[in-house]
Amino acid sequence: MTDIASRGYANPDVLVSTDWVASKLNDPSIRIVESNEDQLLYPSGHIPGAVQVDWAADLNDPLRRDYLHKEGFEKLMSRIGATKDTTIVFYGDKNNWWATYAFWVFQLFGHSKAKVMDGGRLKWEKEGRELTREVPTYPATSYSAPERDDNKIRIFRDEVLKKLGGGTKLVDVRSPQEFSGERTHMPEYPQEGVLRGGHIPGAKNVPWARAANPEDGTFKTAEELKAIYEQEQGLSKGDDVIAYCRIGERSSHTWFVLTHLLGYPNVRNYDGSWTEWGNSVNVPVER
Amino acid sequence: MAKMPAELESLVKDFEFSDRTERIDLLIEYADKFEEVPERIATRPFPVENHVERCESDAYVWAEDLPDGTIKYHFAVENPQGLSAKAWAVIMDETLSGKPLEEVADVPCEVVFTVFGKDVSMGKGMGLMGMTDMVTALARQRLKARKSA
Repeated sequence: MTDIASRGYANPDVLVSTDWVASKLNDPSIRIVESNEDQLLYPSGHIPGAVQVDWAADLNDPLRRDYLHKEGFEKLMSRIGATKDTTIVFYGDKNNWWATYAFWVFQLFGHSKAKVMDGGRLKWEKEGRELTREVPTYPATSYSAPERDDNKIRIFRDEVLKKLGGGTKLVDVRSPQEFSGERTHMPEYPQEGVLRGGHIPGAKNVPWARAANPEDGTFKTAEELKAIYEQEQGLSKGDDVIAYCRIGERSSHTWFVLTHLLGYPNVRNYDGSWTEWGNSVNVPVER
Repeated sequence: MAKMPAELESLVKDFEFSDRTERIDLLIEYADKFEEVPERIATRPFPVENHVERCESDAYVWAEDLPDGTIKYHFAVENPQGLSAKAWAVIMDETLSGKPLEEVADVPCEVVFTVFGKDVSMGKGMGLMGMTDMVTALARQRLKARKSA
């Protein structure tokens, strides 16, 4: 894969290479954060010095279907020893799917000093780099977070509903079978109690993983990404875009690609996604 | 819940009362013990009939018939990051291999949620249940063949 700087991204600084991370393992201004789907991966071996942020245990509210609030985020940042000046570098399994999800949640609290390690865990492992089972601890910090901002990069069902038929572009990042309504869940994944299959009217289907190179999990170049999202699907930079999937995790990957790699200023993640829309009474569905 | 082989039942109880950290440590210990199917049983490319449906870790299951009429289970997990699948393979081998087929056949696949916890992701849960289903189906197959013989 080419150097990150030569791939034409709008914001190339948001990505760092495995080489870069390897050279910063002892840098106190950097905190490396692993976020995975499989809860066994981090404890079985991780980048030396990396801490784990778990999507279920750390980022979700245990009771309501929502993310953690200001106090929870402050506690989380204190636990991982981060201050407002700490640069958080996310990486994880599955083409950084869960890493970009964590990145997105961190942005709800405005922690803009955040990057993603290109290629994630897959690339680091393939390069035979060091992994350790030693879980680091860092001195607790005092982190004062703002209230969570759900307006800029997050959107709720009723707002999505209001935007239907207007100029907003919807990107459905699920599999083609989920999009068509043939399935109501990911291939190989179970039915998840969704009553209706299909997609939000007008949505374009761009499965999230198309943005990554399967062999090493790195992101495609800006030119390749534009070929998918712009030439093929007709999106353009000035569009008001909403990405969604099943619960909002895969679509945070697409949100990351559109916002940071292609520089779209108005992209929001509808985390209610199909598990909400497909169960809602009297909302329009297209097949 | 149907009667499970005593070893599995006791292991499930251990997990039931474990907190998240203990559970993960235990599961990694199991995953570390994983040994792939021996060559005398199967070599790559593995046959499609041994492939576990719904398992994103690309798991395979084989049954080796033992002289006492029970089964020794063998596994392969092709995804190197498929740690949960490896841990579950070791657990099933340790607790179900060589056990009465009637008991193995009745093991409920939901047992994976007690072992891995309710916050196991959907994909993982399905794959692990798929492995369990395949193990119990192989036991049922032998029982059926025995009855019709």
